[in-house]
Amino acid sequence: MKLVTAVVQPHTLGAIRDALEHLAILGMTLTEAQGYGRQKGHTEIYRGSEYDVDLIPKLKVEVVCADEAALAVFDAIALAARTGRIGDGKVWLTPVEHVVRVRTGERGADAV
Amino acid sequence: MVNAGDTAWVLASAALVMLMTPGLAFFYGGMVRSKSVLNMLMMNFVCLAVVGVLWALYGYSWSFGNDKFGGLVGDGEFAGLANTIGHFVGVGSDAAPWPGADALPALTFVMFQLMFAVITPALISGSIADRTKFWAWTLFVAGWATLCYFPVAHWVFAFDGFTGPDNVGGWIANTLKAEDFAGGTAVHINAGAAGLALAIVLGRRKGWPRDRMRPHSLPFVLLGASLLWFGWYGFNAGSALGAGDLASVAFTNTTLATCTAVLGWLLVEQIRDGKPTTLGAASGAVAGLVAITPACGYVAPMGALAIGIIAGALCAMAVGLKFRFGFDDSLDVVGVHLVGGIVGTLLIGFFGDNDVNSAALGENGLFYGGGWLQLGRQAAAAGSVMVYSFLVATILGLAIKYTIGFRVNAEAETTGVDEAEHAETGYDYSALGGRAPVGTSAPVVDPAGADAPS
Repeated sequence: MKLVTAVVQPHTLGAIRDALEHLAILGMTLTEAQGYGRQKGHTEIYRGSEYDVDLIPKLKVEVVCADEAALAVFDAIALAARTGRIGDGKVWLTPVEHVVRVRTGERGADAV
Repeated sequence: MVNAGDTAWVLASAALVMLMTPGLAFFYGGMVRSKSVLNMLMMNFVCLAVVGVLWALYGYSWSFGNDKFGGLVGDGEFAGLANTIGHFVGVGSDAAPWPGADALPALTFVMFQLMFAVITPALISGSIADRTKFWAWTLFVAGWATLCYFPVAHWVFAFDGFTGPDNVGGWIANTLKAEDFAGGTAVHINAGAAGLALAIVLGRRKGWPRDRMRPHSLPFVLLGASLLWFGWYGFNAGSALGAGDLASVAFTNTTLATCTAVLGWLLVEQIRDGKPTTLGAASGAVAGLVAITPACGYVAPMGALAIGIIAGALCAMAVGLKFRFGFDDSLDVVGVHLVGGIVGTLLIGFFGDNDVNSAALGENGLFYGGGWLQLGRQAAAAGSVMVYSFLVATILGLAIKYTIGFRVNAEAETTGVDEAEHAETGYDYSALGGRAPVGTSAPVVDPAGADAPS
């Protein structure tokens, strides 16, 4: 099994969900994240004094899936999250040792 | 003898002015970081409690009792609110001896003036946001009200023959004859100078000015500014102490100056920063209200428009002074209240128009055919209140700093003054619950006793 993790622009969530539904991936975990990379933040002004906001809101998407589906999921998220501008984020793939579905006790590939 | 219409308006005005202190709490509370919002609200709210008590015990008497010491402070004739129930305040004339044909019940005036005494120390709190011990602040409020506000209110607001047929008032109102309709000197310059003193005595917040402190809730700021604007009608129009033409003039001028001050502040921001901000609109409104406060009963509506735009633009520039001089006046009490108060007080010397207010003691302003005399009187009043308040606040502040301490420790400042001083946090968006500390017995909540711990 694999874990696909993506840190992306929050507004791409809709496109990512659509893409994963096409692959019959039925679940994901979302975290509202903050971070910075090459994308510069923005400057806010309060009573004339400038305030640099360099931590930018991002969305962290996590999907655990079977080995066979992993690359398709990986590519689908990367494609759906792409706007072509600085700040689109990253997607990465990591192996998962073991999984259990808490409700049923199913383990391994049956659980994802 | 008592004028019922006037009494109704002044009582309603007292309630309006009362609302300004919670309004100010939200105006300030939105500007601090989320970890200190409760401390900011509390520093304002406690002024209602503390000053209310002092006012009844001796504050009103020191402010409006018969003069002692040549115009400096009132005597104890109203201490404990003695000689108020069934007594009146008013102005006598040959036709109608004191308290005259349009008197107010003494307690109406007591409550109206109390609300001024409450909000003035509350205004100071903005200069020391994010770092102040609650009880140290409370002690300062009691001391500063006693040594500074009550005497200065006597100087400015106590007119000869008002609270008693032979009562003598304060030196600024009666001897100097400077004009201050609703408190440009006694409230705003007074609070602004004390704010400057405390910002210096307490010192900068950790990390300031390298770390900029972003306001945590601009909707609160605008809500607070709106409540202030609303309450200010009681402050200014109520200061006519009657429901007539003068109150209407003050009401009109208060509105107009605030309108142009909002525009003035926003224009400075557009030119300087490239964007008009919500914080700027809220701040501009307050700057305009501050500046028109002393002038609202002495200028014509076109003068009010001018005073507003001058105050809005000047205060928008003045809030940068703290970075130049390096004092952390966190929420710009100096830039808005001290500067705005001075602007309004001095501009009476230019825009004052005795046709507006036939009872005015002063001369016409420079633009209305008067000479330099009134401007000189205004400057003398502004300067003396500023110096006196700065000195009293510095001495009191230092005394508290070197005895019980005025500032929370560095760790508390980092984790948040709300948690350190009040054992609370302003906002909980977490779904996770808390629990009783280990070792404390949990209260039995199940009346049937089914799940009660054995």
